[in-house]
Amino acid sequence: MAQFNLPKGSQYTEGKTWPKPAGAKNVQEFRIYRWNEDDGANPRIDTYYVDRDDCGPMVLDALLWIKNKIDPTLTFRRSCREGICGSCAMNIMGQNTLACTLGIDDCKSAQVKIYPLPHMPVLKDLVPDLTSFFAQHAAIEPWLQTETPSPEKEWRQTPEDRARLDGLYECILCACCTTSCPSYWWNGDRFLGPAALLQAYRWLIDSRDENTGERLDSLHDPFRLYRCHTIMNCANTCPKGLNPAKAIAEIKKMMVAREV
Amino acid sequence: MAEPRPSIRTARARISGLGPAHHGTREWWMHRVTAVANVPLVLAFVVIVAMMAGRPYPEAAALVSHPLVAILLILGVLSVTNHMRMGLQIVIEDYVHDKGLRIAAVIANNFYCVVVAVACLYAIVRVSLRAFV
Repeated sequence: MAQFNLPKGSQYTEGKTWPKPAGAKNVQEFRIYRWNEDDGANPRIDTYYVDRDDCGPMVLDALLWIKNKIDPTLTFRRSCREGICGSCAMNIMGQNTLACTLGIDDCKSAQVKIYPLPHMPVLKDLVPDLTSFFAQHAAIEPWLQTETPSPEKEWRQTPEDRARLDGLYECILCACCTTSCPSYWWNGDRFLGPAALLQAYRWLIDSRDENTGERLDSLHDPFRLYRCHTIMNCANTCPKGLNPAKAIAEIKKMMVAREV
Repeated sequence: MAEPRPSIRTARARISGLGPAHHGTREWWMHRVTAVANVPLVLAFVVIVAMMAGRPYPEAAALVSHPLVAILLILGVLSVTNHMRMGLQIVIEDYVHDKGLRIAAVIANNFYCVVVAVACLYAIVRVSLRAFV
């Protein structure tokens, strides 16, 4: 059956409370999930205090401040710090989002709580194992597929056809949507998840692609596609404001269109 | 017992699994069609039950004997039990992960929904045709 409680080894305990920065007037408390396979212990929640007057405005700034000034062992992914690489996706105040585009003030809490993306295996602290997630993206074959010999220059597309890719091509594969989806939690080994399906739709409606039928064939499955029950967590959480649920609904409409 | 050896299959192999089943659209579509059909049919059912409320049995039976009432009830039973069968199967596929239990639950669900449907249909036919049987 679906598991509603954390397994024993995953239940977290109260961790270390790190000292407040000396002389700081404007202090913000952070409660952060810590886990390290090597120490053999259960996950714990550490408490940190950040000097807001010495730190940038975003949650990622605070994480970097903690790593640089308090605890260098705190582990997380980050790269672009402007919401385009998708590395720093994590669960902040109960919502999956990018630490670099969420302001500390926008958390509106005396305690900012940070956990890794839910329901993925954790490698360390805030770093989830996204191997399956990227394999699912690869499985939908996210590249242009054609039978017609390639033209001398480029494959041409009208501005109208190009406009149909808006709201789809912006996806940065941060995995916020897929890891917020209950259907993915219960059947993540068979359901492709919102991110991969949004990308699948991006290639299904690309006017230049010639493999639409084969693409639909490979999604035609009670689990790969139809585990989506339009719960909408994906659209609710997407830090880029995209709507994977709508893309999935459009795929379902394409499936019906070729049968009815 | 020794720890089971962790799988060393590639992530792509694990995700591909047994490949697409090449079905699911018909079920998804019929689930929507029965949902649409349920709206007027359940409304009709509620009206019919309300008309029977507090009446003695012969009057209620006479109402069910009316062809329009009997046909509406029969259509309602067919649409609702079919919708129920497909919906429960989705719930089972979502939450029951043990393979044996999943198959047993899907079979039990199919039997249960058919029994409910046939029992309802038998009752409607029997009451509405009681003059002949």
